Amino acid sequence: MEKFDVIVIGAGVVGAMIARTLSRYELNVAVIEKESDVCMGTTAANTAIIHAGYDPLPGTLKAELNVRGNKLWDQLAFELGIPFKRTGDYVVAIDSNEFNKLEELYNRGKLNGVIGLEILGRDEVLSRLPYINKDVGGAMFASTGGIIDPFQAALAPMENAVVNGVKLFLETSFEDFIFDGKRIVGIKTNKGDFLCSWVINAAGLYADTVMHKANLHPEFKITPRKGEYYIFDRNEFAISEVLFPVPTEISKGIMVTTTVHGNTIIGPNSHEVPDKEDTSNTVEGLDEVFKGASKLVPQIANSMKHVIAIFAGLRATGNARTPNPNIDYHHDFLIEVNKDIGLVNVAGIESPGLASSPAIAERVIELLKDSGLKLKEKKDFNPIRSPRPRFKDMSNEERAKLVSKNPSYGRIICRCEYVTEGEILDEIHAPVPARTYDAIKRRTWLGTGRCQGAFDTPRVVEILSKELGISPLEVTKKGDDSYFLLRKTKEV
Amino acid sequence: MKERYDVVVIGAGPGGLAAAISAKKEGAESVLIIDRDKEPGGILNQCIHNGFGVEIFKEDLPGPAYAERFINEAESVGVEFLLDSMVLDITPSKKVYVTSKWFGFKEIEATSIILAMGARERTRAQIRIPGFRPVGVYTAGTAQRFVNIEGFMPGKRFVILGSGDIGMIMARRLTLEGAKVERVLEIMPHLTGLTRNYVQCLQDFNIPLQLSHTVNRILGKNRVEAIESVQVDEHFNPIKGTEEIIPADTLLLSVGLIPENELSKKVGVKIDPLIQGPFVDEEMQTSVPGIFAAGNVVHIFDLVDWVTDAGITAGKGAARYVKVVKEKGDFVKLVPGNNIHHIVPQYIKRDALINGPVKLMMRVVKPIEEKVWVEVSDGQNLITRKLERYVRPAEMVTLTIPQKAYDDVRKTKELIVSVERFGG
Repeated sequence: MEKFDVIVIGAGVVGAMIARTLSRYELNVAVIEKESDVCMGTTAANTAIIHAGYDPLPGTLKAELNVRGNKLWDQLAFELGIPFKRTGDYVVAIDSNEFNKLEELYNRGKLNGVIGLEILGRDEVLSRLPYINKDVGGAMFASTGGIIDPFQAALAPMENAVVNGVKLFLETSFEDFIFDGKRIVGIKTNKGDFLCSWVINAAGLYADTVMHKANLHPEFKITPRKGEYYIFDRNEFAISEVLFPVPTEISKGIMVTTTVHGNTIIGPNSHEVPDKEDTSNTVEGLDEVFKGASKLVPQIANSMKHVIAIFAGLRATGNARTPNPNIDYHHDFLIEVNKDIGLVNVAGIESPGLASSPAIAERVIELLKDSGLKLKEKKDFNPIRSPRPRFKDMSNEERAKLVSKNPSYGRIICRCEYVTEGEILDEIHAPVPARTYDAIKRRTWLGTGRCQGAFDTPRVVEILSKELGISPLEVTKKGDDSYFLLRKTKEV
Repeated sequence: MKERYDVVVIGAGPGGLAAAISAKKEGAESVLIIDRDKEPGGILNQCIHNGFGVEIFKEDLPGPAYAERFINEAESVGVEFLLDSMVLDITPSKKVYVTSKWFGFKEIEATSIILAMGARERTRAQIRIPGFRPVGVYTAGTAQRFVNIEGFMPGKRFVILGSGDIGMIMARRLTLEGAKVERVLEIMPHLTGLTRNYVQCLQDFNIPLQLSHTVNRILGKNRVEAIESVQVDEHFNPIKGTEEIIPADTLLLSVGLIPENELSKKVGVKIDPLIQGPFVDEEMQTSVPGIFAAGNVVHIFDLVDWVTDAGITAGKGAARYVKVVKEKGDFVKLVPGNNIHHIVPQYIKRDALINGPVKLMMRVVKPIEEKVWVEVSDGQNLITRKLERYVRPAEMVTLTIPQKAYDDVRKTKELIVSVERFGG
């Protein structure tokens, strides 16, 4: 049986970043993921922000890794060919009461080492953000804040890792560890046993149950915190800034922000839920988000008819104490190595996990190195992942050239987002293949426009069926039993 | 295929087909219809039920048969088709950018354009139904395509939201295919589709309709498992205690159509916010001269026969426009040259300068932050020019053709407007 040097559990953004970093070295690495695609959990449903780092308490792991992670994104986005915009972000104080809290945030940012912070008075904010609530008291502007496509931010490093030799096993769920009495020598999964020397637990919402299987941290618990969102039709209602309210103890608050695709997004609220799979929208939650966002931008109240999607995501909130003994904070990232058994835990990675993920990967490699894992750099590691053609973003001249080279780029499948057959074929046959409708959607942004897949779905089912060599009845939306079609007609 | 057409029609549904035929019959020499689908006919192709053509043909036809009559007529009068091809952009100067697997990326020039893109269906997010996002939530039209064209059933046990015609027709269609339609829910206190469809599609098949009811929640994470319905009061607020869980694997949404006008908006056609379609005059001409609109792109019609009628009107209008433009000796075309995006007006009367100078308004493609000439020529000789300190796309440029250019303008077929370097 093949033996791996390292197995990473979980292919979210954290697992993907770790896998890519490991792929720089001469190691035999596997990633296992229980879902049908990478990044279907927390990574696929969040606010898509690369935080500047002024929010976490100074001295926490969150603060350190957020600021470091933020710095790493320019180089990463360049190497991985993904859109990343350093838009800067605003923390908007609605009245003078809130304005007083900005100073605290500013000082916290300074202590964390965030550069480019600026406190703006009411008039300056009104001139920069003319649509803001007229009761605005002022704002803090952080020039290093940014936005990214969170799915691309995780898919691209995973793809790059696969190209550099990492083996990815989808629909493979962790069941238990295999011990040789003392140390982990492998894992049991629904697809059989995998042998290995090290395991990295990056299981997101399930990182607690994974570590409990190794009898570690029985007191550690991950509580899902749900956040709900609305997305607007960019042709009808769009702002191009990233706006936070003044944060509270438990949350950064309900934002009004923009995506790299140009859609305005509002959310999230923040409520603990008992179920780690509960990504359902609720009437109360949607109402709360609407009210919170309208407080920042009142005109949202008149733009709700331009909402094109609603969704909810879960944050993996942990209860780990900050390693620094001088700080009494119990929701920090848990990143640690257990050298004796051969396990690295990366848990409780809630916000700002996306921003921090490159720095988390660095930290994990350091821990492994300090624990004796031999890291010899690969001579042929290729850090570059070239972006694939995106018809929508091209000039007419570029389009003409692309279509003349490959006619399938001339056939539009998604008419709202201008996604072509060629792009869909590319994704189905990519290093991390898209094998479901949602996998294609997350990669190409197909079906995310005003008609929400009403026109493209039958065509995508046809293409997936043909390319994967399966019946249309076997094509799914997101794996498991999510079949689009249940039988042929004329069969009753 | 030619590079230029008198009339380009976007969309080969009933509105587009009727418009193209009528434009051709009214004297437009070359007419092209462009459609995204592999077959002309539009949504009619998936409407295999009857009820089409009662007013126009005094016959009760299924959708594809109704479409076929117009497709045949279009072919016989010499309308050309470009299928499986999509229009990405149109310009006020009537350039049409189209992409296709078969013909590549093309730029086609038209004298007149008819918008006939139809409508799209409202989706789940627009009515904000809470719950999970499982597979099994379809618009009625998407389900109709799966069943009637692809030959597959998207579910076995259905709840339908909305008593519009598509919803009720699908209720009958699915029942005939052996599926169970549990219920049609309608938030309004009255039916929203035609009474004849209520009788023929629901009553005749014992499918219950619940007025003043809506979907409260979708249950099921991967696949729809049940639909929670709820009664609403006169303000459409859910009445607590009236919730009911209806086991089902599929929810069909038939909650309204929205005219599809993204292309229209991009070219600057003014849209009536009340109906989401363009403002049009009695000829179905939009606010952009020479651009006409036909069918559901304007507003949602009850009967296809009326869509056809409106298409005929638009086609006549487009043909008349082409005729006026083309009457040789009467009009001179203004052609965007170097760094000019578009010019208004697009045409001037050949002897327009008799009455005084003519003012042109235009926008540039790229900014130039230095002195430039904005000039008008007949292709060879300079007719007039004006110095600008800079040009920027956001700032409209104007240029007046002086009266003394009367003789030059009378001689030429077209006037080319361009931005040139100051030194040049």
